[in-house]
Amino acid sequence: MKRLSWFNVVTLTLGFAFLYIPILLLVIYSFNEGPNVAIWTGWSTKWYASVFNNEQLMDAAKVTLWIAVFSATLATILGTLAAIVLTRFGNYRGSTLFNGMIYAPLVMPEIILGLALLLLFVAIGFERGFWTIMLAHTTFTLCFVAVVVQSRLVTFDTSLEEAALDLGSPPLRTFFTITLPIILPAVISGWLLAFTLSLDDLVIASFTTGPGATTLPMRIYSAVRLGVKPEINAISTIMIALVSVGVIITSILQKQQLAREEAERRAAKG
Amino acid sequence: MAATVNKSWTRWLPVAIPYTWLIIFFLIPFLIVLKISFSNTETAIPPYTPVFDGFAGAWEKAREFTFENYKRIVESDLYYRAYGSSVWIAGISTFFTLLIGYPIAYGMARSPLHWRPLLLMLIILPFWTSFLIRVYAWKSILTTEGFLNNFLLWAGVINEPLQILATNTAVYIGIVYSYLPFMILPLYSALEKMDDTLLEAASDLGSTPISSFWKITFPLSLPGVIAGCFLVFIPAVGEFVIPDLLGGSDTEMIGKVMWDEFFSTRDWPAASAVAVVLLLILVVPIAIYQNQQAKAAGG
Repeated sequence: MKRLSWFNVVTLTLGFAFLYIPILLLVIYSFNEGPNVAIWTGWSTKWYASVFNNEQLMDAAKVTLWIAVFSATLATILGTLAAIVLTRFGNYRGSTLFNGMIYAPLVMPEIILGLALLLLFVAIGFERGFWTIMLAHTTFTLCFVAVVVQSRLVTFDTSLEEAALDLGSPPLRTFFTITLPIILPAVISGWLLAFTLSLDDLVIASFTTGPGATTLPMRIYSAVRLGVKPEINAISTIMIALVSVGVIITSILQKQQLAREEAERRAAKG
Repeated sequence: MAATVNKSWTRWLPVAIPYTWLIIFFLIPFLIVLKISFSNTETAIPPYTPVFDGFAGAWEKAREFTFENYKRIVESDLYYRAYGSSVWIAGISTFFTLLIGYPIAYGMARSPLHWRPLLLMLIILPFWTSFLIRVYAWKSILTTEGFLNNFLLWAGVINEPLQILATNTAVYIGIVYSYLPFMILPLYSALEKMDDTLLEAASDLGSTPISSFWKITFPLSLPGVIAGCFLVFIPAVGEFVIPDLLGGSDTEMIGKVMWDEFFSTRDWPAASAVAVVLLLILVVPIAIYQNQQAKAAGG
């Protein structure tokens, strides 16, 4: 076991301080009594009460959650299919275009994607609102799901599937009884990633929304533009807490996945 | 799914479903952006004439083709400066993200094996927390009465508060902070794979640690450096939230110009043309990045 040099200890400490101090300050000052978010005046949870009494924020939170649930579920189905296509179908006619369409949204500025989708919805005369945001979120999150599931499929031992097929199991049943259970942790991580990305999105939602559908990031954004408010700190803290729980669950799932891969490898050797 | 599957059309169903989805919701929207960017402002401002109105209208539409929107981009000072300063701000921020991210990734890759999963999770955690919230967090740090100024005044470094919020410096800080995990992760995975015996061999042969770093470690981590820089640079060029919340009135970034063109001026053709030009600027870095990803994924 190597020991960390003092240089590495210092850079890691400073690095993590840089990453976490802003979030910590935000969380601490959500419990501040005064209306100023940089001067501590006393302990209070009144901003949390005011969040829960703020009907606009609560409504937006509900809309955001439902969009995230629907779009993450749809994106997980489509993304898993796309991952299978990416890893199992090799080079077919049109595979270059498909790969391009999967990887491009990962890095493309959100603002371009938002504008493009809005123009599509206007062109086909689709009434904008809840469902258009849902469709837009499905589209950009499915690419993230595809990449997450693909990374699991790459290390997948296909001999299990082949054995099932050789023994006469239909492809669809083979998928549900063999493939899916093995890649399930990656599929769940993909769902959680799609869910948080949707929860988080401001730009694409702003473009594709219509009257009546305002998401939480849109509410937060319009409040933040006018200045800093302890109420925003409180709702941010709630969101950070929720996401942290999600990330911890995901990392436990990933640990299990790694253990399973290790067991697979050992079984293959023995 | 495996090679033994029958060759019937059902075999291609898994391809057809996501393929069709992406064509409808990704490819076609871009073609519409392209089309509208060549339209007249008057005919394309909502409620503008629908794009799909049968074949009869198609020829009529084709004649309405105009380069007016692009001409305006080329001729107008505003767009020029916005594109230029977007690329500049993204470039500077990418450089600083690399400068700060590299030592962190290096420290992680050199840390004891049982620490690494925890360190990795600590890097990923802020990336999962809302982008908007993380940018907002900096707002209360950078104001004249904010934490940073209070700290610097208390420490005696400065005598009066600095104006940091609403300047380009705040935008750099915001981008570096928000995109740091994107830089650290590919760097870490490149550095982690490195074989330590190379460094031992170099030091046995009398190489100093610094020259070993530049001659061995850095070149071997180059794929990670390239991936990280693209992952930061490409989205940063089109960034809207950070310049809008942390930047000042003199911070010109193309994402902001596009947003205003769209939501304030409601000039959709102009916004579309701005988007097309932005894509053209980014197409080379995006293609390089994709190529690398496809290679890394094993094709």
